[in-house]
Amino acid sequence: MNDGVHDSADRPPMYRRPMPLWWWLQNGAYFRFVVRELTSVFVGFFVVLSILQVRALGQGAEGYAWFVERLGTPVFVVLNSVALIAVLYHAITWFNLTPTIAVIRIGEKRVPGWAIAGAHYVGCAVLSGVVAWILLRN
Amino acid sequence: MADKITLDVTRYRPGEDAEPTLQSYEVPYREDWVVLDALNYVKDQLDGSLTYRWSCRMGVCGSCGMMVDGTPTLTCAVPLSNYLPGPIRIEPLQFFPVVRDLVVDISDFLQKLQKVQPWIVRDEEKPVDDGEYLQTPAQLEAYKQFSMCINCMLCYSACPVVGLEPEFAGPAAIALAQRYNLDSRDQGAGGRMEVLDEHEGMWGCTFVGECTKVCPKNVDPAGAIQLYKVASATNWFKSILLPWGSK
Repeated sequence: MNDGVHDSADRPPMYRRPMPLWWWLQNGAYFRFVVRELTSVFVGFFVVLSILQVRALGQGAEGYAWFVERLGTPVFVVLNSVALIAVLYHAITWFNLTPTIAVIRIGEKRVPGWAIAGAHYVGCAVLSGVVAWILLRN
Repeated sequence: MADKITLDVTRYRPGEDAEPTLQSYEVPYREDWVVLDALNYVKDQLDGSLTYRWSCRMGVCGSCGMMVDGTPTLTCAVPLSNYLPGPIRIEPLQFFPVVRDLVVDISDFLQKLQKVQPWIVRDEEKPVDDGEYLQTPAQLEAYKQFSMCINCMLCYSACPVVGLEPEFAGPAAIALAQRYNLDSRDQGAGGRMEVLDEHEGMWGCTFVGECTKVCPKNVDPAGAIQLYKVASATNWFKSILLPWGSK
């Protein structure tokens, strides 16, 4: 395809700016985006932790007690606190983006963004409540 | 009230300069001026060699996009007063090769745009005697927002993926593909999906969302791309669950 505006031998060179390594510090929006992407590591951390918890449960009362005791050590308390903050950041930033992803129409009217994002917050709160009830009922 | 304001403008003379430099110009500050008016003052009164694109002066042609204080901006659409007391840094749109001063090369963008067939595709045109392709207001509403794009390329300049992955189709091209997909008169969605359903297409987008923020026409390219991803994923699930169904 000839678009007629390409580099040619008789045309002076164009300046191609290299992408700086620290492009994500260029503005707040890029930084918040990169942090959002990086916090997914902590989402993975919680998934692995949950799998290990189920495994410990399978090892009987003694194994589970040992696992819970580990979770109470300062290292795990700090790690879990950091991970919780990171996962909250991850969840909140994604929930706030959901109105852009989900365009829902009822009849001819578009469901407003706050209702879609709000439904995610409510769903999260309900599910967290159910999980808390299961874990804490004794 | 300030009576002058300083512009720090990128200069690049191809063949002479190894890389761009900043040049300062002091221009009168006028409350009713936009940034483009200040550049025109430089061109007319101070330095006729300054090179930049502009045409309509009213946010329609999409020619005068530049980086203003680090943000992709339509220079005809922002008042100087937004940047008081100055100085205002004016640079060419980032992630594009610079031809000269504030002028960038847009041939790569034009190629990407053409690839997504941003026009109405019909399997078969109906005869002229059969009349127009009629649309209801609701059918118009389905794509109207995405049809407001003026190809100003601010969204490309706001998207770090464009800078990191030069093959990425980019926000405007994908939004315009979606504009025609959602048009009740169009039958080309399948062909466009083949072009865009790959890493260099919609899946290159990591949803930074800045394209939507800088768009002067409220097109919401980020929204268009995410909806496209949903459509692609739905197609994939259908092909797995209903292999006997149509493509």
